[in-house]
Amino acid sequence: MASELMIEAHGLQKRFGRTVALDGLDLEVHAGAILGVLGPNGAGKTTAVRVLTTLAAPDGGSARVAGHDVVADPLAVQRSIGVTAQDATLDEVLSGRQNLVMVGRLAGLRRGAARARAVELLEQFNLTAAADRVLKTYSGGMRRRLDLAAGLMTRPPVLFLDEPTTGLDPTSRKQTWQIIRDLVADGVTLLLTTQYLDEADELADRIVVIDHGRAIAVGTAAHLEVTISEHDPAAIGALVPLVAGAIQVSHGGRRLRAPVNGGAGLATRVVRALDEAAVGVDALDVRQPSLDDVFFALTGHAAEEEEEIVGATAQ
Amino acid sequence: MRRLSDVIVLTERNLIHIAREPLRLSDVTIQPVLFTILFVYVFGAGIVLPGGGSYTAFAIAGLLALNLTTSAIGTAVGLSADLGSGVIDRFRTLPTWRAAVLVGRSLTDLMTAAICAAIVALTGLLLGWRPQGSVAGTIGGFALFLLFSYAVSWGCAVIGIMSKDPESAQGIGLIILFPLSFVSYALVPTQRMPAVLRVIAEWNPVSSVTAAARRMFGNPNPSASIQAWPMQHPALASLIWSLALLALFAPLATHLYRRRTID
Repeated sequence: MASELMIEAHGLQKRFGRTVALDGLDLEVHAGAILGVLGPNGAGKTTAVRVLTTLAAPDGGSARVAGHDVVADPLAVQRSIGVTAQDATLDEVLSGRQNLVMVGRLAGLRRGAARARAVELLEQFNLTAAADRVLKTYSGGMRRRLDLAAGLMTRPPVLFLDEPTTGLDPTSRKQTWQIIRDLVADGVTLLLTTQYLDEADELADRIVVIDHGRAIAVGTAAHLEVTISEHDPAAIGALVPLVAGAIQVSHGGRRLRAPVNGGAGLATRVVRALDEAAVGVDALDVRQPSLDDVFFALTGHAAEEEEEIVGATAQ
Repeated sequence: MRRLSDVIVLTERNLIHIAREPLRLSDVTIQPVLFTILFVYVFGAGIVLPGGGSYTAFAIAGLLALNLTTSAIGTAVGLSADLGSGVIDRFRTLPTWRAAVLVGRSLTDLMTAAICAAIVALTGLLLGWRPQGSVAGTIGGFALFLLFSYAVSWGCAVIGIMSKDPESAQGIGLIILFPLSFVSYALVPTQRMPAVLRVIAEWNPVSSVTAAARRMFGNPNPSASIQAWPMQHPALASLIWSLALLALFAPLATHLYRRRTID
């Protein structure tokens, strides 16, 4: 992994009035890699993307994209990037084709080249039939695909996708994933933000979990799962000898989650230990750790609906 | 060259908007016809020009001034709508000349102003108005109007950037431009205005451009008898006004636009 860094941010700070959006964020993405930036709403993901794509000026810290400083040389950064923002950033009144040609020309392509590239991308993104319809008539999934296509008009080496599948139905979501996988096969460097843990797991080589504007964990999906066990243990004496790490208590003490080293008879031993401690068990579930668990462990709050590992009711 | 191409692309975009939603142009197409008929037949019936002459011959230059000044509000509305949509963010992540959005908008509005001027002139011709001056003079009169409208549209760009939505941009634009258009020599001879308003009217750029056009069209121009400098040198005064407004508002709008579009 000695390849060059295509995206690097050091100690990025950004404040909006009294709200701290970025609080010393560090990021690194090597050429050709995919970084998944994972975090709940308001964690600072979009602000990070806006700073890296020259839409927002950082209050502190520094960032370079494709070797260019985002503050000192925004034009050079803009020439190297494609961006798909979370909100629609295309013209509602233009057709899909007109939008792509406009973006291509504003990015510096000549008219003929922009038209040819638009035809290519419309085909690739399965939008040819809708190419000359006004954007207003597009479905959510079609808009996202067109927004992605717009970011690709100049074949930029670095791509930023801010929550590319938020609000999409499952089919469109799978299609978008496939498009992203194809892009990466072409060798682009990609920074992807998401609040969906499965999405980060599915697409990214490395994941940064951010919360309150700071990276709280970095690593591969597998690496992040290990960090669960480094969390502070809660004092549930009966379980401590049986589990491999922190016990998280939620739902007013009615739900316990903990990582375990699986083994024969584990569930039996858990129930027996709890029973001996006069704790009634409503439900018990043993499963593979997911990124949800990682997220919970790292941020102390849930990202999405949880599944139970161990459910216990104190008598 | 890149700047020019950016401006062309963004102007084309605005023109596609107009082609797709032509009703948005009603303030430069239908409204001028209504205003022209209204003023000529309703107000004209009660107005006697000092020094004689038909009100219709007098009023068309004033109606050009009124319509071209107020139509500049389109810049405020269009810019404000763009700023409220995500499309500006898209432009800003592209290596595009930042001021191209403003220049493209002002050029679009110059084109719609030309349409507006043609509609007023055609309506005037139907109602019996005739330019009596030379062809060059008549063209010069229209050119002064378009230059003035272009300058005012940069002022409207400032309004558009500072407003939070297109509705308030429209409201603020009207509050400023309606009095500006009416407290002038555009539509009435002002000899009977209260003294304060008369002084304002004499120095109002709308009066200068109207008086200059009347002179160049060879239409009745009662304000020629007024001693105030702009009324004696209306063409020069309207040129100075237009260039001064441009020199003030174009850099101001560009500055405010940059400030508004960076978080």
